[in-house]
Amino acid sequence: MSQKKIRVLIAKPGLDGHDRGAKVVARALRDAGMEVIYTGIRQTPEKIVAAAVQEDVDVVGLSCLSGAHNVLFPRVAEGLRGQGKDDVLLFGGGIIPVEDIPGLKEAGFAEIFLPGTDTNDVISFIQERVD
Amino acid sequence: MGREDIEKRVVAWEQGPVAKTLGRFPERRQRFETTSGIEFKRAFTPLDAPEDAYLDKVGMPGEYPFTRGVQPTMYRGRFWTMRQYAGFGTAEQTNERYKYLLDQGQTGLSVAFDLPTQIGYDSDHELAEGEVGKVGVAIDTLRDMEILFDGIPLDKVSTSMTINAPAAVLLAMYMAVAEQQGVSSDKLRGTIQNDLLKEYFARGTYILPPEPSLKVITDIMAFCKENVPQWNTISISGYHIREAGSSAVQEVAFTLADAIAYVQAAVDAGLDVDEFAGRLSFFFNCHNNLLEEVAKFRAARRLWARIMKERFGAKSPRSMMLRFHTQTAGCSLTAQQPDNNVVRVTIQALAAVLGGTQSLHTNSRDEALCLPTEDSVRIALRTQQIIAHESGVADTIDPLAGSYAVEALTDEIEARAQEYIDKIDAMGGMVRAIEAGFPQNEIADSAFAYQRAVESGDQVVVGVNQFQIEEPMPDELLRVDPAVEKFQREKTAGVKAERDAAAVAGALDALRRTAIDGGNVVPPIFAAVKTYASLGEISDVLRGVYGEYSEGG
Repeated sequence: MSQKKIRVLIAKPGLDGHDRGAKVVARALRDAGMEVIYTGIRQTPEKIVAAAVQEDVDVVGLSCLSGAHNVLFPRVAEGLRGQGKDDVLLFGGGIIPVEDIPGLKEAGFAEIFLPGTDTNDVISFIQERVD
Repeated sequence: MGREDIEKRVVAWEQGPVAKTLGRFPERRQRFETTSGIEFKRAFTPLDAPEDAYLDKVGMPGEYPFTRGVQPTMYRGRFWTMRQYAGFGTAEQTNERYKYLLDQGQTGLSVAFDLPTQIGYDSDHELAEGEVGKVGVAIDTLRDMEILFDGIPLDKVSTSMTINAPAAVLLAMYMAVAEQQGVSSDKLRGTIQNDLLKEYFARGTYILPPEPSLKVITDIMAFCKENVPQWNTISISGYHIREAGSSAVQEVAFTLADAIAYVQAAVDAGLDVDEFAGRLSFFFNCHNNLLEEVAKFRAARRLWARIMKERFGAKSPRSMMLRFHTQTAGCSLTAQQPDNNVVRVTIQALAAVLGGTQSLHTNSRDEALCLPTEDSVRIALRTQQIIAHESGVADTIDPLAGSYAVEALTDEIEARAQEYIDKIDAMGGMVRAIEAGFPQNEIADSAFAYQRAVESGDQVVVGVNQFQIEEPMPDELLRVDPAVEKFQREKTAGVKAERDAAAVAGALDALRRTAIDGGNVVPPIFAAVKTYASLGEISDVLRGVYGEYSEGG
């Protein structure tokens, strides 16, 4: 079994400055032994895609609390596909209405985590899908 | 009854009945503490809050050091201002919500702007896509502001605007609407948040780098002193610091450290401290730990009074008064069993009132899910009205004063916040501390510790990690219609097509020259908004002269 560390990019697309959750998730994943890069706030989908490619990550996690997820999340997914990165595991989190989740899953997001999520659930979600 | 008698009695009690009971029934935890890690003793006594310190540390309401409140009669004269933060979609929609809230007995307005407005982008900017009208109302030009306050007499309401980087632009637009209504600017009452330092480490809607931001803030203070004397020129905010995960002590410490930086910048620019300090206001969060929160407000008032008097040599009592708005804690709301949030908000609002707040926003039960519906907002406002009219706590001033626990917590919060301020001073002040990542790291550590406590079950959150139920997601959520973005872009395009293009170009050029020359930028911004120059155009001029900040350089 490979001992290569799972590489994760945690990113904040759009203009939203609420990054408490993103930072907490980044730290929890790091404590679980993953390599985590956090982009900081106010990133465009293009910048996030470029960072994911450059850092050669296995996983991209997006956080948005401003309500712009339906526009911004799919753009990151399309951008990754455009770069041939179809195999990157995508997940999201934030204040996201339940009715938006099916659309985001269709766009390529494996999971959307909502407020109150235990970080251990995020960790096992990633570990189960990336080897 | 002397100190020694009490000490003896406490020891006897611990060794007698307490030890006996503990032998049979252990307590729920080894150590009880507040969110800031301050120990809750089993029972506080006069040893923790000696009466001989009363005049120096507590005193009377409306008197230095203002521990008990900033006015001599507090809520016996007038209740706090009930001010619900609201704004979404277009100016037309938000105007309707304001009229509804005023009809329901709300006594002040509080404007939420969308993120493009807060970051100085017009609705047609590419970075605005998906964000227009989402977390607040979209304002591009004076036309939007005219619609926002249509039918609302600006000499009759006080208006708080949560706007920071482009605060001067929104204040100028507000003054221009008042002018159209025939209301002179000396009659205007309200607040702009205008607190840039916390944007760099807790909220994120910065435009310019810290130094020019401090310059523009000082310009606004100087301008308002002459032209809008009843306006609160800044609302120095701990709210977002706490939302980002800080403890109560860190909230007080980093907020007052920011405040020190603003006062110092204005003094360095040649302003007399007593000429502007009376217009500084504050904005705090309020969480569930009721006794700690009440003590926090009291400690903040005392600490600020001492800082203004001793550090800055203020002479006017008004300069020493920490007047503040409170909002209940957004981050304490749960998406699970959202009706429980009504109870959380009640506890938090009660703490804010017991802590002597000047105005209050109570969050709505559905805010962990979406923007609040009209029904939810009404319950939140009613919560304040019930506390005011039915609970009795507003009828005597600072009713928890003299509680051994509250006085001891007040002392401890003040002491710990002072330690942080000393540390920040040693780093060269708050701007340097932010550059070094100090408050960011402290807040992130607290946020992570809290998350761990919730996940280990050490911190119970009802409905989240205990007492869960299977529940359907609520169906009545407020959604902002995606068509808002298109509507807003077309409206702004229309304004831009109709206005006098030469007047706009001239006004923007005048602003550019003033900024380059180091003059006060507020008068040329006021002139520019009246030509219907847009928020984005004005912000672009300032970006061009002063540069733009980005996280991590």
